[in-house]
Amino acid sequence: MGFLFHVGRFFAMLGKVFGKPEKHRMYLKQLFYEIENLGVNSVGIVVMISIFIGGIMTIQFAYALMNPLYPSYLVGLAARDTLLLEFSSTMIALIMAGKIGSNITSEIGSMRVTEQIDSLEIMGINSAGYLILPKIIAVVFIFPFLYIISVFFGILGGLVTGPITGTVTLPEFVDGLKTLFVPYYVTFSIIKSLVFGFLVAAVPAYFGYYVQGGALDVGKASTKAVVNTNILILFFDLILTRLLLT
Amino acid sequence: MIKVKNLCKSFDGNQVLKDVSVSFEQGKTNLIIGRSGSGKTVLLKCILGLYEADSGEIWYNDTNFISISNKERKAMRKEIGMVFQGGALFDSISVEENVRFPLDMFTKMNSKEKQERVAFCLDHVNIAQKAFKLNPSEISGGMQKRVAIARAIALNPSYLFCDEPNSGLDPETSTVIDQLLQDLTREFKMTTIINTHDMNSVIEIGESVLFISKGEKEWEGTKKEILNSNNQKLNDFIFANKLYAKMKNE
Repeated sequence: MGFLFHVGRFFAMLGKVFGKPEKHRMYLKQLFYEIENLGVNSVGIVVMISIFIGGIMTIQFAYALMNPLYPSYLVGLAARDTLLLEFSSTMIALIMAGKIGSNITSEIGSMRVTEQIDSLEIMGINSAGYLILPKIIAVVFIFPFLYIISVFFGILGGLVTGPITGTVTLPEFVDGLKTLFVPYYVTFSIIKSLVFGFLVAAVPAYFGYYVQGGALDVGKASTKAVVNTNILILFFDLILTRLLLT
Repeated sequence: MIKVKNLCKSFDGNQVLKDVSVSFEQGKTNLIIGRSGSGKTVLLKCILGLYEADSGEIWYNDTNFISISNKERKAMRKEIGMVFQGGALFDSISVEENVRFPLDMFTKMNSKEKQERVAFCLDHVNIAQKAFKLNPSEISGGMQKRVAIARAIALNPSYLFCDEPNSGLDPETSTVIDQLLQDLTREFKMTTIINTHDMNSVIEIGESVLFISKGEKEWEGTKKEILNSNNQKLNDFIFANKLYAKMKNE
């Protein structure tokens, strides 16, 4: 019953979110702010994580594929496909659910408990539309870019770490990157990124928008938002993989 | 003028407002008083449409606020200004941007006209120019309330609502806020409704006073009549403060 209540209220909120904006210029201004606040400010952490994970994966694949029967290019191939298919879309989305999601819930939740949302409503502004729509568009817009950045720096991490640690040579790794490349993997992952971007913005916004109580409740709502977003990301990952890849 | 007729509101079976009927006059500071939990804020939020009333009517001049469509309600909200208990200023933008926000959203004024209107509103509530660029967190509680009042009057509303505008303020600042609200009400001929349990406000600016107890209208009158009322519940509320008991005896 509780689950159905939340699902119903979530879609009712989305109905408000996609209502007609009062003034397009104000929404656009807010959109640019959110692209910088939620998107551009996340590039640093994505680059950092991707370089390290790319490097770690390369070393681990190299050790796992030490058998001389395996061709040496497999390390580069495995690292590339893991980044393309799963890490740079799903894992980055899970990490962003923590960073961006908690930010969205706490920001909107704080506005709710300090009556700033009521204040918008009394002015005649669609508070859900004004606060949430720019965030959803900003995150959905920025996620494919974060995916591409993550793939690039993940591969770079592997390229640098492999030869430095002596686990794989640079030509072997590059050879692996070029072998059996399936361009559709990129399309598939960008589709996933768009869906995950929507979840990372909309689900935490829901938890923030309907928070009741005080600062403590905003904190609890943030935790709930991140947990639920992560579960939904994995659930949709499963569905999309089944629908689009198999 | 705002008229409330037979307003009822309950939450989860608990009736918070019971058949409340009252008129709030234009150009006057109309005060709603009562103990904490008596239903003052619920009444205010019902009048504002933040809570849907279970039954009853709310008339803004000739318009029944309950029966009009959401679109009409939205249009009407531009006529309404509200000062929240905590100010409810947007904390990510400056004082100046807070006051300009409704102008950006709802007017076609050019930048210069908006700037002039912002300066006019902030000047009316005695905010110095040097505070214009500060964020709400960088100014005092009293200043935040004054900025909230400036934002509320930015669109030149016909109706001004204030929920406990003096809470958390020292007596001197409270008096300044009270006087400001009364002056603005008279100057712009607004219908002002103030929710308070501050007896100083009642004595200072209570041109029309409604006393609510346990969700029911218990007494209605003026600041002159309040000290001589025979209503026991009202007397219990007012004379809980010994100063007013002394005033009554004198």
